[in-house]
Amino acid sequence: MRLFYDLRVRAVFYQVLAVAGVVATGWYLASNVSQKLAEQNIVTGFAFLGREAGFVISQSFIDYKPTDTFARALLTGVLNTIWVSSLAVTFATLIGVVIGIARLSSNPMLRSLAFFYVEVLRNVPLLLYLFLWYGLIITMLPPVREAIELVPHVFVSNSGLTIPAMMWSPAHTNVLVAFAAGVVLAMLVRRRMIAQRVVTGQARRVWPWVLMSLFAPVLIAVLFFQPEIVIEYPEKGRFRLTGGAHLKPEFTALLLGLTLSASAGIAETVRSGILSVQKGQWDAAKSLGFNRGMSLKLVVLPQALRVIIPPLTSSYLSLFKNSSLATAIGYPDLVLVTNTTMNQTGQAIEGIAIMMMVYLGLSIMISMLMNWYNARVALKER
Amino acid sequence: MAQTEPVAAMPPPQPSYLQRVVKPLFGTPLNAVISLICLWLFWIIVKAVWGWLVTRAVTEGGAAVCRASSGACLPFLVTKARFMIFGVYPYDEHWRPGLSMALFFAAIGVSMMPRFWGRWLLALWAMVITASMILIAGGVFGLRAVPTTMWSGLPLSFILTAVGLALGFPLGVVLALARASKLPAIRIIAVVFIEVIRGVPLISILFMASVMLPLFMPTGVTVDKLLRAQIAIIIFAGAYIAEAVRGGLQAIPRGQHEAAGALGLHYWQSMRLIVLPQALKIVIPPLVNISIGFFQDTTLVTIIGLLDFLSTIRTAMLDPEWIGAAVLEGYVFAATVYLVFSYGMGAYSRYLERRLRTGHH
Repeated sequence: MRLFYDLRVRAVFYQVLAVAGVVATGWYLASNVSQKLAEQNIVTGFAFLGREAGFVISQSFIDYKPTDTFARALLTGVLNTIWVSSLAVTFATLIGVVIGIARLSSNPMLRSLAFFYVEVLRNVPLLLYLFLWYGLIITMLPPVREAIELVPHVFVSNSGLTIPAMMWSPAHTNVLVAFAAGVVLAMLVRRRMIAQRVVTGQARRVWPWVLMSLFAPVLIAVLFFQPEIVIEYPEKGRFRLTGGAHLKPEFTALLLGLTLSASAGIAETVRSGILSVQKGQWDAAKSLGFNRGMSLKLVVLPQALRVIIPPLTSSYLSLFKNSSLATAIGYPDLVLVTNTTMNQTGQAIEGIAIMMMVYLGLSIMISMLMNWYNARVALKER
Repeated sequence: MAQTEPVAAMPPPQPSYLQRVVKPLFGTPLNAVISLICLWLFWIIVKAVWGWLVTRAVTEGGAAVCRASSGACLPFLVTKARFMIFGVYPYDEHWRPGLSMALFFAAIGVSMMPRFWGRWLLALWAMVITASMILIAGGVFGLRAVPTTMWSGLPLSFILTAVGLALGFPLGVVLALARASKLPAIRIIAVVFIEVIRGVPLISILFMASVMLPLFMPTGVTVDKLLRAQIAIIIFAGAYIAEAVRGGLQAIPRGQHEAAGALGLHYWQSMRLIVLPQALKIVIPPLVNISIGFFQDTTLVTIIGLLDFLSTIRTAMLDPEWIGAAVLEGYVFAATVYLVFSYGMGAYSRYLERRLRTGHH
């Protein structure tokens, strides 16, 4: 009994107890599952992934046809999820920053309008908004035959949004790659020149060189590959619209709902970030001779970002996870495709395992990316 | 000649009406432009809402009148109000969920007043939840038993939220303590549990609960559909509450732990008497925010086929008699209910934050 009063012995004992509890629960559940599966004659395993899916996915980012495998169907779902989330993140951030700044405006009217925007979006469930936007699109808008032309060449109807599209060719892809190379090059040049300035003490203009290294590769690529810019405008025919890019109502409603709801959260984050920088910082920057732009860039923003990044990360993560509500209005995201797969194959455990693994993996990736960025802007103490 | 009498303090200058109201709005050209644009936006919004809700609104008549009109269909709201709120719960027994909602409101009201904060509040909530369950489920005290498949509408949303938070809270506190533990095995179990739950969407957990929970049970044991969703919500709430509580635990200085140890308190005593009371007080505002989020998140049970508030609204709108007549009305009604509750709780959370902020600012 003496032995049990030893703290180290106790620590080991409790840990063994906890692990044993988890293992025993897992064992018990697993044995129940295998018994049930045996009764229902369900074969476990991921072999079903190679079989023909046989169901239609209404809209997909990559080529998919019903004769493809379940694996490809699931991949289509994953890519649809990523596609709509990344578009929504981009738009939500842009709108969120603008609204967040508007919340702090000196103009009381703008301030209250921004406040109204944030509260109305934040306090109503996203699912309700999705149903509302979707319902509005399919019931309030006219049929395709009477599509409304919002601005020239942009049509809305109850079958979605039709916009002009650019014909994409391999030459365009090459130019895009060149642009990416230009971004990397510009970053390297900038870093190099700033390092040189520190060493030599001579101030040289950085931005012309940065701009040149940013656009030179694109320019060379354009001259070399000569991409043709052909814009296809939607034409209003007698019964339908032809040409252009077509966004289905499910996609439009989902993108709208995700963007608006997330932008309200991001606006609040931006607002609290800017508020967290005390007024004295502006004054101090001014007394050092910085103008407003420089103070914002060199003094205020670096401090505000430190406060903004962690909650922004969780906004992004929840937007990504909320994209799963797509399934309620019939956009074929990962959840909807997995659900169809589970219904067709009866492989519930595998389906849910895949779904959770993909979400978990992507969530971890997003938070790692944001943590890396956060570490860069975080306060560096001795 | 020297002044010997102290000069009376002058009152602070009062900004004139011009300075207070006109200058911020029209002081600079940019501000004037912004104000005009805002006014125009206000005008558009007010005109649209007024036209829909008042001028063009249909106040009398049936679905046919509403279909012809482009305004709000008030007869729809009036006829369907009870269905939208109570769903398919037996019509004659609506007073039971009604009473239980009143109990919830009373309990929320009492909990919002800081002078009532104490251990007995936990007992109050336990009592309110038990009483509501008895009222809604029935089967005792001469109340007719109502199967869970008929529990629906706003009371169901409240039950899912309240039970989810009430049971998710102890789970969250235990998980947070486990995560802060010095014992590696316990810490790792807690970290994996919390991060997995927080890394996946609520829908996937609801699906897992509704599809896999029946498989987990031994043969012959069935789990009610409502219970499955409730378990999923409790687990989900637990993981999120754990993260909030962890923040509170981290804010407690080491000295408090050490002082508790010096007094001879063992781990559970020092947690219960010293650390948790301080940590939990700090995390009340984030917990209120989590509660608002969960109230909104309970709408997701619609997807697995439970009849929560949003679901009864949709059912009412899809009624063949009214279909096409009320496209917006139901959603606007639901949105108003959610807006009032969530905004109220949010305003309360901000008030608490100001109140609890002592010292530093």
